[in-house]
Amino acid sequence: MKASLDARYAVAALVVVALLVLPIYTSFSGNTFALTLFTRIVIFALAAASLNLIMGYGGMMSFGHAAYLGIGGYAVGILAAEGIGSGFIQWPVALLASALFALVIGALSLRTRGVYFIMITLAFAQMAYYVASGLARYGGDDGLTIYKRSDFAGLINLSNRVQFYYLCLACLFGGLYLIWRIVNSRFGLVVQGLRSNEARMQAIGFPATRYRLVCFVISGTLCGLAGALLANNTDFVSPAVMYWTRSGDLMVMVILGGMGSLFGPVIGAIVYLLLEEFLSQVTEYWALIMGPLLLLIVLFGRGGIDGLLGRLRRG
Amino acid sequence: MAEPLLRVEKLVRRFGGIVATDEVSLDVAKGELHAIIGPNGAGKTTLISQLTGQLLPNAGSILLAGRDITRVPAYRRSALGLARSFQITSLLLDFTAADNVALAAQAHDGHSFHFWTNARKVPHLRQAAHAALDRVGLGPRADVLVSRLSHGEQRELELAVALATRPQLLLLDEPMAGLGITESARMVKLLQELRREVSIVLVEHDMDAVFALADRITVLVYGRVIASGTPTQIRGNEEVKRAYLGDQHAVTRHG
Repeated sequence: MKASLDARYAVAALVVVALLVLPIYTSFSGNTFALTLFTRIVIFALAAASLNLIMGYGGMMSFGHAAYLGIGGYAVGILAAEGIGSGFIQWPVALLASALFALVIGALSLRTRGVYFIMITLAFAQMAYYVASGLARYGGDDGLTIYKRSDFAGLINLSNRVQFYYLCLACLFGGLYLIWRIVNSRFGLVVQGLRSNEARMQAIGFPATRYRLVCFVISGTLCGLAGALLANNTDFVSPAVMYWTRSGDLMVMVILGGMGSLFGPVIGAIVYLLLEEFLSQVTEYWALIMGPLLLLIVLFGRGGIDGLLGRLRRG
Repeated sequence: MAEPLLRVEKLVRRFGGIVATDEVSLDVAKGELHAIIGPNGAGKTTLISQLTGQLLPNAGSILLAGRDITRVPAYRRSALGLARSFQITSLLLDFTAADNVALAAQAHDGHSFHFWTNARKVPHLRQAAHAALDRVGLGPRADVLVSRLSHGEQRELELAVALATRPQLLLLDEPMAGLGITESARMVKLLQELRREVSIVLVEHDMDAVFALADRITVLVYGRVIASGTPTQIRGNEEVKRAYLGDQHAVTRHG
């Protein structure tokens, strides 16, 4: 038990240090590609971590989580297009819009369980996708180019690669810290208890839906933050970011890394996006290799990569 | 007679064509241990589930200390002092024993929208948990995952969880189910102690336990109350004897 904990902590610590020193390496080697790639990875790690809060800890299998990436992104893009470039306005709007969306779809979908819940969250995300496709003023299907990244009044320059990378990393670590506090709080225990046994939790006096709903909103808001970062990273936002396959990618990252483990989604995002990147360079049929690989990890690594690490020295 | 702690009046619950609870009425006085017995399929668990709010009745009413709780949701009944244990052990398997009990204490310690402080380090919740665990003899097993507890220990934990909500009325659905002889004896002893502190409705198959513990017994057959009285009265009741003997065949037939 102790040894396996050590393996997990060692890997997590290694990843944290690697992420922290990456810009130093890239500035010496001049490898800006790695920095671009890892900025993207860090953003998706935040999105996956937010999904893990409801999916891993809360047992709510949301299949529409990419919607918040789009909502956060469009909040930044639309405000930028309308001449409001200040990040102090764009980002709070992105978070608020995501929270509101989560509140509405959560209130409706949390009445259902299991497959129905998956289908309803999927349906809402697809609705958001089609609404964005219909926004002719903001590029419709083709998406919306963001000509100027969010402006934080000289506090931080998002157009500087390194500064932007560290902002994303700070958001990821901040998000993980928040999630860690939440899952160990009274609220977090209730949400995890509901995942484990809802009838029992009701019998000892917890109203299930309102705790789940609040958790759902926190998760959506965090993912909206990832969306705002992603739009700034690509200088572009399009409906494609909300497409259901995107939601699927996020789910895979969480499952791959380890559901209900704090650091799992980060590892999942790194492994998934690196594999995608390198396999697609080797062959255009990269999905043929990726698929079986995921299958193996899910089949033999209960609890994902994090779970495998946990059993490393026991097996 | 003083107002009963629990009053059930003409409760009816149907599942399709089957009447699982058929105009059941019963009173439980404060401090009483009231046993509900009956052959398999008599509707005992259905009745308990309506008392706790997991199921809503089609007709009739349930009063707790004079207050109509027939349509009150399960979680709020818990706040009003009703606690249950489940026939099939129903715990949070991936939590420790202490966490299970502490959550029950937490449920009755105001709302749980606290997002920052580590709940496992809140002293009064942990103390309440350990007190309840000690009460049922599980003190030394506090930090063990529930999935690793023995079946008997899980049954005791069910009790500890119910106790941690500080109930006025404890609804126990077959606490002896699946226990060995020594474990059963321990459970009976435990219930004998608990009954001094809290009123209990006990659903149980173990007749030795029921007759040893109960102040009054209600006999349910096919969802209907056929007799209600003291253990001595029930023992001598012809209809009860007939129901039990006659039902043996029905029981085997239904498996």
